[in-house]
Amino acid sequence: MPPVTRVVLAEDEVLLREGLVGLLTRFGFAVVAAVGTAPALLDAVRTHRPELLVTDIRMPPEHRDDGLRAAVALRTERPDLAVVVLSQHVQSGYAAALLDSGDGRRVGYLLKDRVADVAEFADTLRRVAAGGTAVDPDVVRHLLRRPRDPLAALSPREREVLALVAEGHSNGAIAARLHVTEAAVGKHVGNILTKLDLPPNDDTNRRVLAVLTYLRSGG
Amino acid sequence: MTLDEPRHLAEALRRPRYLISAWPWRALAYAVTTVPLSGVLAVGLSVVGAPLLAVVTAAQRGRPVALPLVAVLTVVALAALAVAPLASAPLAVVERWRLGVVDGRPLPGPRVRGLAARYTTAAGWREVAYAAWLGGVVPLAYGMFALLVLLDVTLVAGPWLAGGAERIVLVWTTVDTPGAAVPYAVAGLLAVPGLGYLAGLLVAGQAAVARRLLGAPPDGTALREVTRSRARLVGAYEAERRRIERDVHDGAQPRLTSLTLQLGLARLDVPEDSPAAKPLAVAHEQAKELMVTLRGIVQGIRPQQLTELGLAGAVRELAAQATVPVTVRADLTRPVPELVETTAWYVVSEALGNVARHAGASRAEVRLTLPDRRLVVEVEDDGRGGADPALGTGLTGLADRVAAVDGRLLLASPPGGPTLVRVELPCRP
Repeated sequence: MPPVTRVVLAEDEVLLREGLVGLLTRFGFAVVAAVGTAPALLDAVRTHRPELLVTDIRMPPEHRDDGLRAAVALRTERPDLAVVVLSQHVQSGYAAALLDSGDGRRVGYLLKDRVADVAEFADTLRRVAAGGTAVDPDVVRHLLRRPRDPLAALSPREREVLALVAEGHSNGAIAARLHVTEAAVGKHVGNILTKLDLPPNDDTNRRVLAVLTYLRSGG
Repeated sequence: MTLDEPRHLAEALRRPRYLISAWPWRALAYAVTTVPLSGVLAVGLSVVGAPLLAVVTAAQRGRPVALPLVAVLTVVALAALAVAPLASAPLAVVERWRLGVVDGRPLPGPRVRGLAARYTTAAGWREVAYAAWLGGVVPLAYGMFALLVLLDVTLVAGPWLAGGAERIVLVWTTVDTPGAAVPYAVAGLLAVPGLGYLAGLLVAGQAAVARRLLGAPPDGTALREVTRSRARLVGAYEAERRRIERDVHDGAQPRLTSLTLQLGLARLDVPEDSPAAKPLAVAHEQAKELMVTLRGIVQGIRPQQLTELGLAGAVRELAAQATVPVTVRADLTRPVPELVETTAWYVVSEALGNVARHAGASRAEVRLTLPDRRLVVEVEDDGRGGADPALGTGLTGLADRVAAVDGRLLLASPPGGPTLVRVELPCRP
């Protein structure tokens, strides 16, 4: 049995917070603290030192992007802290800010809607906790609408593959979705990395860098 | 009544059929009713005028001025000054009503509320000035006119008057037979229409002065108030939108998310062959769709980026979504009122939309600055220019939105580009 992932949860609406605690517990996460404000979130993470933080963006005290700012601050303190941020609406700037914190790994930016598909949501959390990156498909779609450098060099198929990489899927999962072989996906990914001029070292890291390029191309 | 009918005396005077219309009679009615009012006021004025005249005359002739006379003059002048604003108030009411005889246009009086205001407002003192004019200047004009009328009557009556033994003096000459007076009588008769016009001019002039002095002040107070109340109204709408957005974001959205989550969890526990499985799946899907719908609604009420990121952040977000690279330079050293923030956001959103749709630009720049008590938003692109507000509703809609907060929109878009949209929004606390 794999070690239980310890989670701090931050969400200001009580019903949803309780619902999320129920979901996380059900899928085998250990919720060590569930809080409702950004300062409480900072305290809880510093006290409990969880592996994963799941937080809402708009929270007290300022009701602006308090949750995101707390998450980015914590990532600077602890680059190994996995963070999944939940947003009520698409905001590509948030995703970029989050991916810019630390090395761009162990981060996720999801619309709150993803919570509804409970099993998939739990999967995404596990992927991020294990070192992956997850960007909401809606954010990705949003970014794909912009025809601009440096992604201009990519073919439509390669963009499609990169979008799925950004969502945090493995080559196998991407192959299944696009109804092609895993080898074909591997080839596409290789082309993407070459076209984006990413150094050949650890493959996972390059994948993340590709996603970062992708998101930053928004400027 | 036709639309073409003159509405006041000065207009009627310019019509060819003036003399055979009702207007000369109306002018006469106005003049006749002016006489008693003017006369009373003239007597009142002479109470001040007489000692003044005595003092002036004495001074002119180099004689010493009697001290009691100066004392009387001072007391009378002060008393007149004290009473005038009160006395002129009822007069102004009567005069506004009487003006209706020769001027059909409505004349709203200025608002002078309370006794003190009669002494402290310009409107109060304008009524005093009117009383002074009616008592001091009008009688002189009427006197001269009366003299002219008298002369004309003498001319016309000449043939009958000249029948006696004495010679009759007719203005500048003398006649002694009725026959010799006839040409003068004819001239006198011919002068009657001229007198009719002169009377009309006199009364029209009098009415114009009355209108000027008794009407509401012609400054922009009322206009400014309208602008402000519009800004207040728009501000109230904005506050209401923000409240609704907050309520939905803090209340409805998380509860709906929670509901959808619970339905998702329930689906895990219901076996696929259970009769509950299908309705549960439908409910789950519908709840998910509702989340999307609700998000769209909230975004339409107020851009959520503004709430979370502030103006500069939200504008950067807009720039990131644009189809061409957009540089954002935000120099916002002070907080900006919410309504101004929202307006500025819509301005940038619409302007960047235009850049994408029409400009054919390869890049654009957005500048936000607070030079004084205004927020200045500039959106510039290197496109083909030639933007014309007449061609699309985008720029017009933008101008309306800007005008609603009392701001202004300037556009420079020569053919060949570049296009610069500049919007200035006043930041009232």
